[in-house]
Amino acid sequence: MLEIKNLHASVGGDKPILKGLDLSVPKGEAHAIMGPNGSGKSTLSYVLTGRDGYEATDGSILYDGENIADLAPEERAAKGLFLSFQYPVEIPGVPTLTFMKEALNAQRRARGEDEMSAPDFMKHVREKAKLLNISGDMLKRPVNVGFSGGEKKRLEILQAAVLEPRFLILDETDSGLDIDALKVVSDGVNALRSPERGMLVITHYQRLLDHISPDVVHVMSDGKIVASGGPELAKELEAEGYDKYVRAA
Amino acid sequence: MVAVKETIADVKRLESDKYKYGFTTEVEQERAPKGLSEETVRYISAKKDEPQWMLDWRLEAYKRWLEMREPDWAKVNYPKIDYQDIYYYAEPSSGAKYESIDDVPPEILADFEKLGIPLREQEVLLGVAGAAETAAEAREKPRVAVDAVFDSVSVATTFKAELARAGVIFMSISEAIREHPELVKKYLASVVPKSDNYFATLNCAVFSDGTFVYVPKGVRCPMELSTYFRMNAEGTGQFERTLIIAEEGSYVSYLEGCTAPMRDENQLHAAVVELVAMDDAEIKYSTVQNWWPGDENGKGGVYNFVTKRADCRGKNSKVSWTQVETGSAITWKYPSCILRGDNSVGEFYSVAVTNGAQQADTGTKMIHLGKNTRSRIISKGISAGRSDNTYRGLVSIHAKAEGARNFTQCDSLLIGDQCGAHTVPYIECKTPKAQLEHEATTTKLAEDQLFYARQRGLDEETATALLVNGFVRDVLQELPMEFAVEAQQLLKVSLEGSVG
Repeated sequence: MLEIKNLHASVGGDKPILKGLDLSVPKGEAHAIMGPNGSGKSTLSYVLTGRDGYEATDGSILYDGENIADLAPEERAAKGLFLSFQYPVEIPGVPTLTFMKEALNAQRRARGEDEMSAPDFMKHVREKAKLLNISGDMLKRPVNVGFSGGEKKRLEILQAAVLEPRFLILDETDSGLDIDALKVVSDGVNALRSPERGMLVITHYQRLLDHISPDVVHVMSDGKIVASGGPELAKELEAEGYDKYVRAA
Repeated sequence: MVAVKETIADVKRLESDKYKYGFTTEVEQERAPKGLSEETVRYISAKKDEPQWMLDWRLEAYKRWLEMREPDWAKVNYPKIDYQDIYYYAEPSSGAKYESIDDVPPEILADFEKLGIPLREQEVLLGVAGAAETAAEAREKPRVAVDAVFDSVSVATTFKAELARAGVIFMSISEAIREHPELVKKYLASVVPKSDNYFATLNCAVFSDGTFVYVPKGVRCPMELSTYFRMNAEGTGQFERTLIIAEEGSYVSYLEGCTAPMRDENQLHAAVVELVAMDDAEIKYSTVQNWWPGDENGKGGVYNFVTKRADCRGKNSKVSWTQVETGSAITWKYPSCILRGDNSVGEFYSVAVTNGAQQADTGTKMIHLGKNTRSRIISKGISAGRSDNTYRGLVSIHAKAEGARNFTQCDSLLIGDQCGAHTVPYIECKTPKAQLEHEATTTKLAEDQLFYARQRGLDEETATALLVNGFVRDVLQELPMEFAVEAQQLLKVSLEGSVG
C-alpha cells in the first residue's frame, strides 16, 4: 500500500538527506527500519507526512497507487497516514480530548463522512484509553503538557487508536520508555495490527522489535535502504552493530 | 535538528469581507452640526433634555479640553485627527427616546438582530413571561438584560421592570440624569476626573449616551447586564459614558459588545467607563470589542480611545475587568483599578488580537492604596499581519499599602514575521511590605505545534485557531459562558488569512 521509489529529499531546501530510497510496504505488514543516528530515519517520517521544509526533490511516494508527495499534511492525514512522533509536541491550553475530537472530525469531514457525535466519541475514546491504561483525568489535561516521556508515547498510540489510520509510522516510539511502559505501548501497537493496515516502525534498537514482530527489517544508512531481511536481521544488528552497513554505504 | 524553513512567512492580509458586522443600516439620521464648539455641546445637552447643571458640567469640560493636548506617548501612529470634521451626535430621526420597544424603528431592531441581539424576542419570550417570577427564581436562569445603543442614543433596554423589582437601576445614562440626578451627581467623574486626560475630557463635553447601573445594598443582580454599542452613521464619533455603582455587599456582572459598519474614513470612539464598588461589593465587567478594524491597507477603522477605571472604594471590594479586543484600527485602552479599600481585589484579564495594519496599546493600572490589597494581571497579546501589539501596565504600591500583592503575567504570541509585540511594565513600590511578581513570555506560533496538529488532520487555519485558543484559555474562561463561545469564534475570524 506504500510504495516509495527512488526518493530524494533535502531539508531546509539544500541539504540532501534521502538519496534514492526504495521501499515497499504491502497492506497488513509491519516493516521495521533500523539505522544509525543521522542515517535519515526521522527525515523519512517527515517527508512521508509532508512537514514543511522536508521536500521530496525526486522520486515518488505512492500511497494506494496515488503520489501523495505534493499533498498538505492534513490531506495525507485524512487519507489515513499517521505519525507517532519521536518527540510529541506540547500544546498548552488545549485539552487532549478536545484535540482528538477536532482531529477526528476534521478527518471525517475531509473524507465526506459525518462528524462523530460527542457521546459516541466519548465511548470510542474510553474503550481505547482503557487498553493503554490512560485515565479520564489525563485526557482532560492539555496535549502532552506535563506528561512523562512514557505517558506521551502512550498518548501517541491512543491518538492512533482513536483516529484509526490505515498506515502508521512509529518514529522511535521506544525511546525514553522503561520496561513496563514499553510493554503497554507495544501491546497498544499490536492491537492496531490488522490485515487492512500497514506499519512502518522506525527504531534504533532491537528491543521494541522483540514486542512487535516485524515482517521485514530494513537497514538504512546515508539516506538509502542498504539491506533488507527477516526478523533475524534485527538480531544480527543488535549483536554486531551498524558498522558493516555504514562502511558499505 | 536541521533548521526548518519558516512556514508562515508570507502573511496574507485581512480581507475586508471577513468582517461580518460591516453592514450599514438605512435609517434616517438627525445629526448635530459638524465639528466641535460650544454650540455642539449645547445642542447635545438640549437634545437630551438635560438639566442646567449637566449643561454647565459639559461646558466646563469643553473649556478645559480646549487647553489640553492630545497624548502622544502610546506606541501607535495615526494621522492627526481633525476634531472639526466629526459629527458629535447622531440619532435616528424618528425621535431619540422610545417609550417601549414597539416604538423602535424596525430597521434598528433588524440591525441588532443581525448582530445576534434580538431585543424584541428576548422581551417577549422572557420579559413578559418573567413578570410573575421573583428575582430569586430568575437567578437560576442565565439571562441577559440588554441596553442597546445605536450611534448616540440608547434605543431599548430590556427586562427593566424585572430588574426594578430587585431594586436594580439599569437604564441609559441620559435617563438617569433626568430620573436619578442625585446619584449621577454624586458619582459621575468621581473615578475618572473631568480633566483626567484629553479623550476623557472630550467625552465629558460631548458624551451622548451609555449605560447607568445602580445595584443597591446587599442585592445580587438577578441577571447579566449587557450593552451593545453600534456605530452606524457616517462620520460620526461615539462617545458613550457608562457608570456602574455597586453598593455594600452587592454583585453585578456586566458585558459590553461593540461593532461598527465598514467605512473608508476613521471613526472616533472615545468612551469613559467608571465603576464604583463599596464594601464587600463585586463588579465583573466583560468586553468583547469588535469595532471595524479598517481594511488590509490600514484605511478606515475605528480609533478606540477609551478610559476605563474602577474604584474599589470599600473594604473587601472586588473588580474584574475581562476584555477580548479584536477590532479597531487603533486601541488605546487601560482598564484600571484603584484599590482604595483595605483587602480589595483588582483583576485584569485581557486578550488583544491585532492583524492586518491594526495597532493596539493596551494594558491596565493597578493602584494599591489600601492594606492587603491584591491585584492580578493576565494579558495575552496576539499579533499577526503587519500589526503592532503593546502591553503597557502600571502596578503602583503606595506607602500605606502594607501587605499588598500583585501577580502579572504577560504573554505575547507572534504569527508571521512582520508583526510586533511589546511589553512595557511600570512598577512603583513605596513599601517594603509588598510582594510583586512579574512573568513575561514572547513566543512565535511554533512550527512544530502547527505540524503536529496538521498531521492529525487539522488544516492550517483550524490548527492556528486551536493553538491560539489554547494560548488565551486562561482569559477566556473568565468570560461568562455565552460570551466565551462568541469570543472563540471572533478570534478565529480575526485571524483568518493570517497564515498562508
